[in-house]
Parts: sequence; structure tokens; C-alpha cells
Amino acid sequence: MIARRLFGSDRRILVIIAILVAVALLVPVLNLAVPQTSAFHVPPYMVALIGKYLCYALLALSLDLVWGYCGILSLGHGAFFALGGYAMGMYLMRQIGDRGVYGNPVLPDFMVFLNWKELPWFWHGFDSFWFAALMVMAVPGLLAFVFGWFAFRSRVTGVYLSIISQAMTYALLLAFFRNDMGFGGNNGLTDFKDILGFNVQADATRSALFSASALALALGVFVTWLIVTSKYGKLLIAVRDAESRTRFLGWRAENVKLFAFTVSAVMAGIAGALYVPQVGIINPGEFEPGNSIEVVVWTAVGGRGTIVGPIIGALLVNAGKSWFTGAIPELWLFALGGLFVAVTLFLPKGILGLWDQWRAGGAERAVSVAKEEGREPDETPPTIVRAQSDEWAKPARGPEPQPAE
Amino acid sequence: MSLRTIHPPFRPEHFLITRPARPVTILLRRILITLLLSLALVAQASADDASLRAIVAKFATAKNFQATEAIVRELAGTGDPSVERPLAALAEGDLYFRKSDNAVFIGKEAGQSVRLSDPLTGESAGEEPKGALTKVRVNNSLRRTVRDVTGTLTLGSEDPAVRLAAAETMFGNPDPEAVDGLAAAIAKETVASVKAKLEQARAAAVLRSDLPEADKLAAIERIAARGDRAALSLLIGYENAAPEGAVKDATTAAIADVNSRLAVWAAAQNVWYGLSLGSVLLLAAIGLAITFGVMGVINMAHGEMVMIGAYTTFVVQDLIRGSFPGLFDWSLAIALPLAFLVAGAVGLAIERGIIRFLYGRPLETLLATWGVSLILQQAVRTIFGPTNREVGNPSWMSGAFNLGEMSITWNRLWIMAFALAVFFLLLFVMKRTAWGLQMRAVTANRRMAASMGIRTPWVDALTFALGSGIAGIAGVALSQIDNVSPNLGQGYIIDSFMVVVFGGVGNLWGTLVGAFSLGVLNKFLEPYAGAVLGKILVLVLIILFIQKRPRGLFALKGRAVEA
Repeated sequence: MIARRLFGSDRRILVIIAILVAVALLVPVLNLAVPQTSAFHVPPYMVALIGKYLCYALLALSLDLVWGYCGILSLGHGAFFALGGYAMGMYLMRQIGDRGVYGNPVLPDFMVFLNWKELPWFWHGFDSFWFAALMVMAVPGLLAFVFGWFAFRSRVTGVYLSIISQAMTYALLLAFFRNDMGFGGNNGLTDFKDILGFNVQADATRSALFSASALALALGVFVTWLIVTSKYGKLLIAVRDAESRTRFLGWRAENVKLFAFTVSAVMAGIAGALYVPQVGIINPGEFEPGNSIEVVVWTAVGGRGTIVGPIIGALLVNAGKSWFTGAIPELWLFALGGLFVAVTLFLPKGILGLWDQWRAGGAERAVSVAKEEGREPDETPPTIVRAQSDEWAKPARGPEPQPAE
Repeated sequence: MSLRTIHPPFRPEHFLITRPARPVTILLRRILITLLLSLALVAQASADDASLRAIVAKFATAKNFQATEAIVRELAGTGDPSVERPLAALAEGDLYFRKSDNAVFIGKEAGQSVRLSDPLTGESAGEEPKGALTKVRVNNSLRRTVRDVTGTLTLGSEDPAVRLAAAETMFGNPDPEAVDGLAAAIAKETVASVKAKLEQARAAAVLRSDLPEADKLAAIERIAARGDRAALSLLIGYENAAPEGAVKDATTAAIADVNSRLAVWAAAQNVWYGLSLGSVLLLAAIGLAITFGVMGVINMAHGEMVMIGAYTTFVVQDLIRGSFPGLFDWSLAIALPLAFLVAGAVGLAIERGIIRFLYGRPLETLLATWGVSLILQQAVRTIFGPTNREVGNPSWMSGAFNLGEMSITWNRLWIMAFALAVFFLLLFVMKRTAWGLQMRAVTANRRMAASMGIRTPWVDALTFALGSGIAGIAGVALSQIDNVSPNLGQGYIIDSFMVVVFGGVGNLWGTLVGAFSLGVLNKFLEPYAGAVLGKILVLVLIILFIQKRPRGLFALKGRAVEA
């Protein structure tokens, strides 16, 4: 059944998964096996950079699941990303063993520096990869579950939810800055050596991490696609477009949202866990509310509610960021700010939405041309059904016909 | 009017610094105090000018420190308040004599020469080159003598403030020999507040004396009634020396009593800090209460409006420093309307340029205004540089004063008054003016308001400009207590939203109550949890609170909120 759906309507999903799997297989080969002189050689820095972008893309995809399909604009997704990253960072710290500056076989350097005598209880177990991998998913998922359970049950919606999710990541930012928390304070966790016994710095490990990121993203696309095309996905969209109506029809809207929010947080946590070994550091800066809002703009640029759009958005915006901060750093914030404004004003459906609109417009033109020529169009043009998120556009404060519209 | 009644300016540091005195000086001081009190209080001596001048002139011929000290004693022995001037000058090292004729002067160094003034009257007496003068040498023990002497000398002063200060000094350095002298002073005293202080000073002296137990119990009671830190340290110091029995028990009880009273004051001080933080939150949030609360526009660039106000203050002060230094105390008054106009104009531009296309789409508004905030921050960084810019406090905002055991700084007090003034002004505009009526009408029912002939787009634009302008004047106030940097606004945006959401959207009173309760809560959590953890706890509490009351403390009732 899945195969039928894949080969049927959603060819775009199939294409992106195929591309990601191909990239996951090809890039390590091009990086490691192809000689450096060859035109096809992928330099290691490029592997690291694109690997990082792929993690961002997974984060954007996770936001797309809640924002694009469920109408929950979370301004705290960076927190789930960072928590996943910290879980992985803790595993990597334990792997350093006695190779740290202070040579303590059990305690990470910063704990020796702070004069701690024994490992805090929450650091136990992180010396095993499988426990850490479990925590990468469990910690963000649990936080999202608890946060969402409280929030959705009391029907905190719309901007209120956005603002308290921002407060959540802000509170975590403040907490992780404290040395007493036992997560390295301001400096975070860094100076990693090994992952699963392989040197983190080695080209082969980096290529493997790149492949893992691409495959994780492909898996994320597949899972998201499964969710949104299932019966439950219809419910998700129903909650997005008319929450009260869905509730009156007998569905528990809060459970629908809670499931999406938790799954999305787990995806964000995995993205963070893959990100940390590739950049080699995790610090409280990842909790910055600004970072989480940037994720929103990636999703918005690509087109929310499209699965593929956020991936394109994350890759494009981050490539732009890398270029700007290298070439004209002082203009980057102008460009990013302008992007926020331009996307909301002129591209409400993102790049992918614009593309679809253009295609649909082309089809319509074809139909009208056909009509003028006195021919019946042979089939109804494909229309893109994407309801507006009108959660806030209720009669009491309805959208006004503004002069400019 | 006699020149003798002119006193040198009161200098608290002369009286507040206390050091344990050496046995010899204690003995000397006892003699001195008895002498002085009898002279100063009984005879109200006022030696004539000529004899004072004769004593002052001896400074020129003093061979060593002992001789100088004897002259100091002699001067103080006259009991004349005007000897304070030469004594203070001596302690400061400003007393000179002319080599040619041994005439004594007070001198202030000015480059290569010294500006001279008369030692008793302070009248100017011309200038002399440094070489023509010799400084009267002074050491620490001499300075201490001068301080003690001036402290007690002033008990006979005609100025109640000086007597009060003298009583305070004697409370800090209790001396059993002074008991009788103080009793005499108490009998003569007519000003109630000074009398109370004198009685406390006497009580402190009684504790050190060998008077009967009943007197000591009364003294302990009186000191405990004073109830401040000085009283506490005095009692704690006495507790070990006290004889076993009733006196010791009374001391212990008195210490407990004073401690509990100090705890109340500490709580009051905490409330004050909380209210002070609350007024900062109120200032930051009040503009947001208009744009978010009344209009429903999520303005993430609100913090940047505050920042623009702060930078306007910086520019105004910069111009004033460069061109009209005399106007510096007026800089804030000048900056206020300018900040309102600048921030209001930027707000108007944002509303006309961006937000009006996004009404009814709050999430998009949030993103677009976040973009605007990034652009504004970077623009300010490009123009003014990324570092902090210095904004000065005008003189009337510097310093602090004490209220009971609480210390209150003037700038915090002014900011609180200002925050409340802005709040009530805004309330007046919203509730009592035609413009406010139009604003509320458009918020309540846009179509109906439009049918009544209200130009709703303009009301929107002006309301947004008003909210932004108020954020701008908040920036003027916050520039006085915070770093003026491009990131100024970011620190306030989340707190501001918390205040508005906590207080209840669309309700100005809710914002007031929300700001002050969050401020006080924050300051009460701080001692137990630390500053950062306290803030985190407050955030968590707000998140939990919103679960319970999603519409805030003072929710609007009716259909309008079911958005």
C-alpha cells in the first residue's frame, strides 16, 4: 500500500528520498575514494558543511510537521535540537576517558575544573552509545510530551503557545548557562575524541556521519509523509484548519496535537545528536530563542506543509548564511531580516508554494485557452488544496479586507 | 549676624568612621569629653575672636605632633563652633602657615600656588607661591583626635542637625565618662528627634559604665527600641561582656527582638527591589500592552523600539555634552519627546509598510516583525557600533537615601514614578479621549466602527505608533539603568510578553498588576534560588499559570476572546 502511495500521487517525496539515499552513498565515495585532483572529489570541509545543513534540514522538517500540518508555531524547537545535542555530547564526553587535559578517567574536564568529586547521577549510563541514543530521543520527546500535555489540554493555542514555547527555550538557555547544572556551563561540551571507537576528526568518520545525517533525513521525510498521508494526517490538517469544529465532531484535538508535537521533538533531537559530532561542540547558545525563530524562517522560505519545502529552505538559507557571513558579514542580519519580511509579505506559501502556483496557473491558462478555442478541456486541472491556517481568523476578529489586499 | 554661626558643611564621613581607640587615647578622650561637655553645655562658652586667633596661631610654632595635639585640645576646649573649620582643615592636611610671619591659613593647592583663606571665617586671603608656605603636619592619631573632638564639640552647636550627628557619633563610640554630660545635654535639648538620639547615646554609654543593673536594663530596652544594625552590633558586642542574670537575658532577648525587626526591614527592602524591577518591567511592557494587548499585533520588534529610545537619549546627551554642557540635567526631559517621536515614527513606518498587510495573520506578523527587529538591531550596530554607549545620569537621579533600614536609590525611585505616570497617562488617553474611544471601538468591532465613520486604517496606524512611542520613552528611562547597546531590546522582549500574557491581554490594569507581581516574585525567589534560577522558576511558574488561566490574570470576558 505504501508502495502504491509512493509511486502514485506523491512523486516528489519519492524523488527527495531517492536523492538523499543517493547522496548518502555517493558523497563518502567521492570524498574518500576519488583522488583529490579529480573534479569529482568532494573536499572534507564540504562534507562537514553539507552534513551540518542536512541536520538543519531535519530540524526544519520536524518544525514543518507541527507548524505546516498542525498549525502549532513552536518557537522552541531549537531547545529539542539542543537537548538531543547535549545527550550526544555527554556520550562523546564520556568517550574522552583519561585523554582530557586533567587525565581523569571518569570525570569530564570541566567537572575536574569545578572541583567535583564524582559524576552527577544524570551522567551515569552515557558511556554506552545505546543508552545515549535512547536519551537523544527520550529527553526531547519527554519534554515535548509534558509541555504539550499541559499546553494543549488547557487549549493554549496560536501566539500564546508560540510565546510560551519561546519562554521554555529561554528558561533552558538560562539554566544551561549555569555551571551548577553539570553541563559545562557557558563553554558547553567540546573537545570530543571518539564516536563508537572512531576518531571524530577523521575523514572517514565525517563521511559516515554525513551519510547518517542524509539517511536520517530520508527516514524523517518518509515518516512525516506516512503520518500526514494517513488517516491521522487528515485529522492533523483538520485540527490546523478548524480546531473547534474538529473537537465538536468528537475528536480529541489535544491528543492529535500532542502526538505530532512529540514525534516532531524526537526528530529535532535526532537532528541535534547528528549535528554535535559534526561541528564538535554543543553549548547553551543553541537554546537562543533567535535560533528557534531562524528555523521557522527556513521552513517558511521553503514552504510550510510541503515536507520537501523546509528541506530546500534550510539548505538555501544556510548556504546563503555561509556565503554572507564569509563575504559581507555586516549585511547578513539585514538579509535575514529582509527575508523574514519578504517571505511573510510576498511568499506566504514559500518557494514550493510559488512553484505549485505557477504550475497551476499554467494549467489554468491552458484550460482557458482551450475554452476560448471552443474545445472542452480533457480533464479537470490539478488544483492544489491547501487551506489557509485560519485558526485566528474567526468572526470576532476576522480578517478585514485591507486596502492593500 | 555673627560670623561664628557659620558652620562648615556637615561631612558624615567624619562621624561614621569608627576605629577601636587605644587605651591612652581613651583616657585622654574621657578627660576631654568631661571637659568639653561641661564647657560646651554649661557655660556655652564663646571665647572672643582674638583669643581663638591666638590659639590658632600656635600651630605655626608647634614643634611636634604632641604639641599640635595640645593645640587641638585647647582649641576644642574653647567650645566655640567656629573652631571646626581649622580643625577640619588640619585633618585634611589643608592648614598652612606663612614662613615670613608665621600667620596660619587654610590653603587649597592650585598649581604652583596656594589659594589661602582665613582659618576662622573662611574669607579669602589671597594667594602665595608654594615655596612661601609650610604645611602643618598631621598624622593618623592626630586625625583621630580631631574627629573625636569635633564629634563631641558639636553637642553644644546651635544647629540641631549638627547635634544629631554628634549624638550619632557618640552612640557609635560609647564612653562611660560621657553619661553625665549626655544627661545634661538631654535636659537642655528641645528638639524631640535629637533628644531621642541623645538618650540612645547615653544608653550606649550606660552599658559600658558600672551603673546599677536597673539602669542597664533600661538602657538595653532603649537601644533595642532603636532597632537598627548599629544597635544590633552594639548589643552583640555587649552580650559577652554582660554579667550573668537579668542583664544578659535582657540583652539576648533584645538581640532577638532587633533581629526580627531587621528581618521585617529586609523583607521591605526586598519588596522595594521587587517593585523597582516591576516598574522596569512595566515600562518595557506598557507599549506592548497597546500593540499586543489592545491591537492584537505580535510585535517582536518592540524591544528595538525601547532600544531606539535609549539611543535617542544617547544622541541628545552627546549633542548636549558637545554644545550646551549646562543643559545636561535637562537632557532626559529633552530626550523624552524626541524618543517618543522617533520611535513612534519608526512604528508608524512599520505599521504602514508591513503590519497592515498581515492583520488577521498573527503568526506571520510575529515572523515579519522579528525580521524587522533584526534589521533595526543591525542598523543601530552599523551606525553606533556594537559596543555599549555611555548614557549619563543627571545629578538629580544620582545617589541614594535611607528610609528606616532601607536604602533607596534616586534613579530607581524616579523610574518607578515615571512608569506609573506613563501608565496613568496611557490609561487616561485610552479611557477619556476621543482617540482612545476610537481605538477601543476599532478593537471591539472593526466593521461597526468603520460604519460609524472612523477611519480604521489610520486608527490602526496611530495606535501602533502610540505603542511604539511609549516603548521609546521607556527606552529613555531604561538607558539610565541598563547598558545602551544594540542588544538592549532583546533582553526585554520575552519579559515584556510574559508580563502582558500574565496580566491578561487587552487589559492595561492587568499589565500593571502583572509587572509588579512578577517583579516582587522574582526578587523574593532570588535569595533562595539565586538570580538565574529565580528567573527560570518565574518563567516556569508563568508557563504553568498560563495552563491554568490561558487568558491571563484579568481576562476579557465575552465572545471577543474566543479567537
